[in-house]
Amino acid sequence: MRLLPLALFSLLASYASADTFQVEVEVPRLRVAEYHAPYVAFWVENADRSTIVPLGLWYDDQEKWLKDIRQWWRRTGRGQQKPYDGLTGATRSPGKHQMDFSELQSLQKLPADEYQLVVEASREVGGREVVRLPFQWPASNHQQQQVNGTSELGTVTLSVRP
Amino acid sequence: MNITLKRIGMLSLLAMALPAQAHKLWLLPSHTSVSEPQWVTVDASISNEIFGVERAYPLDYLEVSDPDGQAATVENRLEGHRRSVFDVKLNKPGSYRIAVAKPGYFLMYQVDGERKRARGMDADKLLAQLPDNASDVTLSEVHNRLETVVTLGAPTAIAPTGKGMELEMLTHPNDLYAGETAQWRLLVDGEPASGVEMELVPGGTRYRDSQDNWTVTSDDNGMLSITWPQAGRYYLEAASSDDKVSNKKADQRRLQYLGTVEVLPM
Repeated sequence: MRLLPLALFSLLASYASADTFQVEVEVPRLRVAEYHAPYVAFWVENADRSTIVPLGLWYDDQEKWLKDIRQWWRRTGRGQQKPYDGLTGATRSPGKHQMDFSELQSLQKLPADEYQLVVEASREVGGREVVRLPFQWPASNHQQQQVNGTSELGTVTLSVRP
Repeated sequence: MNITLKRIGMLSLLAMALPAQAHKLWLLPSHTSVSEPQWVTVDASISNEIFGVERAYPLDYLEVSDPDGQAATVENRLEGHRRSVFDVKLNKPGSYRIAVAKPGYFLMYQVDGERKRARGMDADKLLAQLPDNASDVTLSEVHNRLETVVTLGAPTAIAPTGKGMELEMLTHPNDLYAGETAQWRLLVDGEPASGVEMELVPGGTRYRDSQDNWTVTSDDNGMLSITWPQAGRYYLEAASSDDKVSNKKADQRRLQYLGTVEVLPM
């Protein structure tokens, strides 16, 4: 194995043993008169968006508001129906939340390329924010990316391990 | 029916939330300032988006008064799926007040641990509907005023009614320009109300990622000083509560002012 070129090694690795893909998202605590937990969507896209892989969705079964996760809706949501692709669940309260998307086959089957994790949050009678975290897939070594949201998202951390 | 502070808090949230979620109620006139006699049309809706129509608002208690304080001609009332609509005839020079302001009652109670609520115009009828096993009963008198003003020709003063929460619009609502500062006095039953917050939201929330709302607080004389950041339509909302109920069976009184104004470029 040691003699194989690196690229081939990564290719094999992606099929042989699953890479881990973990995201930590902070839902900020906001002082507003009327607070609703944000709807949050996670997906992966490549540079020209020819590949879109939905990873997850937090929403409270009110499909009415899904259009307000505007980029997610445009890129993948409006082409889907319940149950939505990826790991879905209820909205989360303020604080840090760990998500592990490693077991999603659609993610594990991604061809080797540069991608971005996109996290979009939209809050009823609040605002909307999108953050993007670049990563290389599959991982040849541990990659960690961190972005600090400014309004509807706190710190978002992506950790990709071979 | 004594109420605790905690329940007042809960109640104020819910009273604002009438009739269901805490959507905003508004009236939106097609024109606020016209130079010859004509009709204007007004949308009434309940929505999160300012001013995107979402659900129709009933027009049963609509009152439109002309510059002489007489009832103006209103035609083409329609309650659609997403908005109510009506037309107002502007045929006298001066300012017209378009308002929905009829006091009602809001009842909250619990049955078998489940929270229930009901609203209506008659407190006794509401209370008569209470199940025998209802507990934690709270009756609120609710004074909501939805208001907007339109003008044919030169603006004329809009006299406060002296009832509920109102604005004494010392700066005329049809004389607002970007960069200028409006001076309004917040009144409750015709008296200056100090320390009350007014929230302002510029229209067009659908096309931006933040509410861009801000808050002003009335000073010791009830005065609100509002500088308009840009031209456009604005949604205004102010609320307070007190114990000056007109029906002794009510535990408290909830007051709210909801307005729409248009600001023109300087």
